[in-house]
Amino acid sequence: MSQNDKDVFARRGFLKGTAAIAGATAVGTLLPSTVMAQQTKLKIGLMLPYTGTFAQLGVAITNGFKLAIDERGGKLAGREIEFVTVDDESNPAKAPENVNKLVQRDKVDVVIGTVHSGVVMGMAKVLKESGTLWINPNGGAGAMTGAMCAPNFFRTSFSNWQTTHALGKVLKAKGHKTAVFITWKYAAGEEMMEGFKEGFEKEGGKLVKELYTPFPQVEFQALLTEIASIKPDAVVAFFAGGGAAKFLKDYQAAGLKGKIPLYGSGFLTDGVLDAVGDAGEGVETTLHYADGLDTKKDKAFRLAYAKTFKLQPDVYAVQGYDAGQLLAAGLDAVKGNVADKAGVIKGMEAAKIDSPRGQWTLSKAHNPVQDMYLRKVVGKENKTMGVAWKALADPARGCKA
Amino acid sequence: MDLAFILIQLLNGLQYGLLLFLVSSGLTLVFGIMGIINLAHGSFYMVGAYLAWSLASMTGNLATAIAIAIPLTVVLGMALEKLLFRQLYTRDHLYQVLLTYGLILVFEELRSIIWGDDVHGVAVPALLNASIPLTENLSYPVYRLAISGVCLLLALALYLLIQKTRLGMMIRAGASNRDMVQSLGIDIKLIYTLVFAMGVALAAFAGMINAPLSSVTPNMGSHVLIICFVVVVIGGIGSVKGAMAASLMIGLAETFGQVLVPDFAGMIVYVLMAVVLVWRPEGLFGRK
Repeated sequence: MSQNDKDVFARRGFLKGTAAIAGATAVGTLLPSTVMAQQTKLKIGLMLPYTGTFAQLGVAITNGFKLAIDERGGKLAGREIEFVTVDDESNPAKAPENVNKLVQRDKVDVVIGTVHSGVVMGMAKVLKESGTLWINPNGGAGAMTGAMCAPNFFRTSFSNWQTTHALGKVLKAKGHKTAVFITWKYAAGEEMMEGFKEGFEKEGGKLVKELYTPFPQVEFQALLTEIASIKPDAVVAFFAGGGAAKFLKDYQAAGLKGKIPLYGSGFLTDGVLDAVGDAGEGVETTLHYADGLDTKKDKAFRLAYAKTFKLQPDVYAVQGYDAGQLLAAGLDAVKGNVADKAGVIKGMEAAKIDSPRGQWTLSKAHNPVQDMYLRKVVGKENKTMGVAWKALADPARGCKA
Repeated sequence: MDLAFILIQLLNGLQYGLLLFLVSSGLTLVFGIMGIINLAHGSFYMVGAYLAWSLASMTGNLATAIAIAIPLTVVLGMALEKLLFRQLYTRDHLYQVLLTYGLILVFEELRSIIWGDDVHGVAVPALLNASIPLTENLSYPVYRLAISGVCLLLALALYLLIQKTRLGMMIRAGASNRDMVQSLGIDIKLIYTLVFAMGVALAAFAGMINAPLSSVTPNMGSHVLIICFVVVVIGGIGSVKGAMAASLMIGLAETFGQVLVPDFAGMIVYVLMAVVLVWRPEGLFGRK
C-alpha cells in the first residue's frame, strides 16, 4: 500500500479499522460502490501526440492539464489521480485502436485528447458508443460538437469555424470589400473557410475566390500569382506549423506583403514567428488567446507555467489547463463520485471557467462560448488588439443531442 | 487571366520543376543506377536542411554552412554504404525497403534528439535577398531564380559525369553487369560507395539550398520522398535526362493544375504518372 493510499484512509477515520484488517482489495468488495469509488484513484486517460509533428502540442496540453491539477493539491474533488498515457502519433488510422486501449483495457473514467482533427473523429465514434466522459483540449473538427455531438463530449479549445468567423467583422471595419481565402484542401481548412465566408458575407463583403493547395503541400507560388492577378482588398489564410512559416515568407518574397493586407486564423502566426524573420510583422489574426492579455489570471498562469516547466505557455497549454479546470468543476459537483456521470456532465455544463484567455462557458453542444481576440504580429508576439467578437458561439449545425 | 499572368505561371511551373529535379537527383542516381530502393532519401534531404540551419546560425553565413555540410554528408553516405547497404546488393528489394524505412525512423529520432521539434527558418543570403518586380503587385524572388540556375548547372554536371567521363562509364557498366566489371579489374565496391555518397550529398544539398525557401521542419523529408519517386518513375529508371523531363512536366502540371482545376490539384501528378506508365511502362527515357 502506498503512502498516498494511507493518507486517504487516515482522513476517513471510520474506515481505519476495516482497512487495517482487510486491506484495500477486501474493502473494495465489502463496501458499497460509491464509497469504494472515492477510495480508488480517479483514472484519467491522456490520448495525445507525444511523437511526430504535433509532439510539442501534446506536451503543452499535458503540462497545462497537470498544472490545473497541481493547483488543486494534485487531486480532483479530493480524489487521487492515476494517469494512463497513450501516444496517438496524430495517426487517424490508429485512433479507434488507441482510444479502445483506454476505454476497454484501462477502463479510464475520463479521456483527454487530442490535437489532430482526424484522430478526434476516430475517437468520437468509439466514445459515442462507450459513453465515456471525453474532454477534447484541441482538435477543432466541427462535427464533434455538431453532427456527432453527444452528452459525454466536451471541448475546451475551439471549433475551426470559430477561429475565422470574427474576421468578417474585422475586414469590414478596415473597409475591405473583397477577399480571397487560401488554405490546404482538407477538413480543417474548409471549415475555417466556411466560418470566414459566413462572417464576411453577413457584413456585405464578397469572398471572390477560394484557393486550395493539397495538404500538406507547401509550394504556394502558383496561388500567389493567382492572388496578384485577382487583386482582392485582403487575403485571409489558414496554414499551421512549417506550412504557415513558409506561406508567410513566400507572401513577402512575392512582393504581396504591404500591397494586399494579410489576415488569418490565429494558427497562421502561432509558434512560427521565430522562424519567419520579419515576414509576419503586421499580420492580423483572430484566436481565443493572445499575447499581452494582461489579466490577473493570465499573468498568474504564465508565471506558474514558466516556473513549473521552464517553458513559455502557449494557446495549447491554456486549452490543456482549461480541460483540467473543466473536469475539476464536473467532479466537484458530485464530490468526486465519477460514477454519477449525469451529475458530472451537469457540473461541467454549468461551469464558468476562469481561464487565462478570459472567462468562458459551454454552449449546448459543449463547445466554448468565448471571446475571439484580434491579434497583430509585433516583433515575436501576437499582441492583442482587443476583442474582435464577444462571446462567439459555434452554430453547432446538425447537433441534436 | 491575361497573357502576363500565364507567362508568370509558366515561370512558376518551370522553376518548381527545376526544384523537383534538384530534390530528386540524388534518388535518380541511387535508385536509377545502383538499383537501391532508398526510402531514406527524404531523411538525407532533412539532414541537409537541419545542417544548413544549425551551421548557418553558428557561422552566420549560408554559403559557409553549405561548404562545411557537404563533406559531412559525403562521409555520412560513405559510412552508411560501407556499414549497411553493402550487405544488401545481392538480396531482394524488400530488404532494402526494410532497412531504409528503419533509417527514416532512426534519422527522425536523431533529429528530434539533436535539433528538437521546432520549426526553423534560414535567412536568404543578403546578396540574393531581393525581388524583381513583374507586375504592379507581384515580384519574383531572386533567390528562386538563383536556385533554378544551380539546378541547371547541376543537371549538366551530372549528365557530363555519367555520359562523358571515365568514371561515368564505369558507373554505367557497373549498373548493367556488376560481376563483369569487377572481373575486368575495376574496384566496383569503391565506385558504389562513391555513387551512394554522391546520392546522399545531393539529397542533403537540395535540403540545404532549399532551406531558405521552405522552412526547416520535422518530417520535411517524408513530404518530398513520394514526389521524388514519381519523378524517377516517370523519367525512366537510370536516366538523368528523364528525371529532368519528368520534373519539368510535374512542375508545370502542378502549377497549372492548381490554377485551372483546383479541386483535382492533389491528384493531377498521379494521373500524369499513370498515363505515362500506360503509354511507356519503362518511363520516358527508360531502357526497355
